[in-house]
Amino acid sequence: MNTLRVEGVGLMAPGLAGWPNGRAVLIGARPYAAEAMPTAIAALLPANERRRTTATVKLALQVAQEATLQADIDPSTTPTVLASSGGDSEVLDKICAALTLPDRPVSPTHFHHSVHNTPAGYWAIANRCAAASLSLSAYDDSFAAGLMEAAALAWTDRVRVLLVAYDLPPPFPLSERREIVAPFAVALALNPAPTERRLATLRLARNAERPASRLDDPRLETLRLGNPAARSLPLLRAIARSTASRVMVSAGERGCLTLEIEP
Amino acid sequence: MAIKPLAVAAYTVTNALGRGVAASLTALRHGESGLRPCDFEDAALSTWIGRVAGLEGEPLAGEFAPFDCRNNRLARLGLEQDGFGAAVRAARERHGADRIGVFVGTSTSGIGATEHAYRQRDPATGRLPAGFDYRHTHNLFSATDFTRCWLELRGEALTISTACSSSAKAFASAYRHMRAGFCDAAVVGGVDSLCLTTLYGFNALELASSQPCRPWDAERDGLNIGEAAGFALLEWAEPDDARPLLLGYGESSDAYHMSAAHPEGAGAALAMRQALTRAELRPEQVDYINLHGTATPSNDAAEDRAVLRVFGPDTPCSSTKGWTGHTLGAAGITEAAFVWLGLEHGLIPGTLNTRRIDPNLGAGVMLDNREQPLRVALSNSFGFGGTNCSLLFGRRVA
Repeated sequence: MNTLRVEGVGLMAPGLAGWPNGRAVLIGARPYAAEAMPTAIAALLPANERRRTTATVKLALQVAQEATLQADIDPSTTPTVLASSGGDSEVLDKICAALTLPDRPVSPTHFHHSVHNTPAGYWAIANRCAAASLSLSAYDDSFAAGLMEAAALAWTDRVRVLLVAYDLPPPFPLSERREIVAPFAVALALNPAPTERRLATLRLARNAERPASRLDDPRLETLRLGNPAARSLPLLRAIARSTASRVMVSAGERGCLTLEIEP
Repeated sequence: MAIKPLAVAAYTVTNALGRGVAASLTALRHGESGLRPCDFEDAALSTWIGRVAGLEGEPLAGEFAPFDCRNNRLARLGLEQDGFGAAVRAARERHGADRIGVFVGTSTSGIGATEHAYRQRDPATGRLPAGFDYRHTHNLFSATDFTRCWLELRGEALTISTACSSSAKAFASAYRHMRAGFCDAAVVGGVDSLCLTTLYGFNALELASSQPCRPWDAERDGLNIGEAAGFALLEWAEPDDARPLLLGYGESSDAYHMSAAHPEGAGAALAMRQALTRAELRPEQVDYINLHGTATPSNDAAEDRAVLRVFGPDTPCSSTKGWTGHTLGAAGITEAAFVWLGLEHGLIPGTLNTRRIDPNLGAGVMLDNREQPLRVALSNSFGFGGTNCSLLFGRRVA
């Protein structure tokens, strides 16, 4: 009970649009170019809901769908874990701005979109999924926290779990107090049981070893440090390379999450 | 096979009823509500709230000063009650500081600090004031980060933020982390404090009542927002453990609507059934259900159908929101603690403020307190986004 198989990956970030593109960059087959990210469309949402949702929801749903399709798993029965440091800062900015105006005209739609589990709610609605879902934050260590929660859920209930991690740059003026350099979202379809359909097997162990794994390309390293969800990049590189390796992901005040990766 | 039970080794609650569990127990016993007409900051709203007195004058200082905001002041106040800090210190000796996880639920954390900062934006540049510390106040992780720093714990730490089920789901997350071997004990909790975001937000959704809330009442017309902090120390239960036990939990998604409950309560029923399945208990073995019971017309109707479907009309139920208001992300821990008080003191609280039960609702809702021994009780917490969590607790009676 300490291994997980990665059956699918979803990825969206500037220069890393979709897992096939991201994989090519991470194995060094293509140079990294931080071009503008295509707008996430969250194709699975009905048109009227797509209109109302924010960039955050669309980004999270886009990678979730990519990983789900790749893994060929049933999204209507798969529990989800969503990890994000700050959630939907665009919505929180609008609410806090409205609260400075006469009569404080907070939009009811903004308010119910302000909860951290909004992407989880839309994902459940779009896929008619009644399974459990947990939305969490551990500031810069949100990805490792999400992976540990997903692993604990997969092992305890012996079920496949979909992990989604995402963060977007906050709008001004919050951007001055919380720097996130670029949008980044990643999804991993995880299976606790042995399976032929796997991109990699992960063995998890938390220990105090430092430091966290880094990336050689300085622009990718800037991205890794500049978005909590991009802390996943060394793991994604290991999955892409498909060779045995060890990755350290920063996991809190003390210690890194150690991941032993096998093809 | 039933899950391995967790024991509640220590717990504490602070809410509109007062500081510490004794204040809550006394108010529950005597039917004294903590609700008052809204007097939070300069909010001009005709609603009632469950405010914790005195937070305004108790800033965090010294090494904790960066964390200073209403939410973390409330967390600190909560952590100081009922010898909770001493219980955690003893647990630290037993398990080691890096083997105790911290799982805190919150919906809005310290967003009040950002509300204040936006009011002080530089008129020319729009920039936020120099003293504003987003990371240690507004960010969701702040509530957990403060808690682990205060308690000097260095294990796994995360904030669970699923609206009004947050601190109920903290129990499920803690259980899983302990099962996975990521930690040997857990501090679970919930902290949510009054802020203009939730007061004006629920007002905009027309879900806030202008009177004290009346769950299950024929004339119920909305909720009252409250604030609360609650914490519990969880360890694996011993054989013949006499402490309150977590016997089961259930989590589900409505997959229906972002801010309206499924009208038939399908997701809520699923969460309750899962909790029973994990505990290997039958519905008739449950002595009491602490309802989510927010007192909005549609939420109570949906939960009523779900309870009827799983338990029928005979299981005693009540909502304690008339005492505390709806403490949002802290509702799960607050009401779990009320269940533990019931298990320890043989008390089933009634449903305060409610006068006449809606004849269209059929669950076994009690208006008055009942003194009787309790063995097994369920607590429901549901939230925006269609998130549902049910916790099943029990106590071995000698």
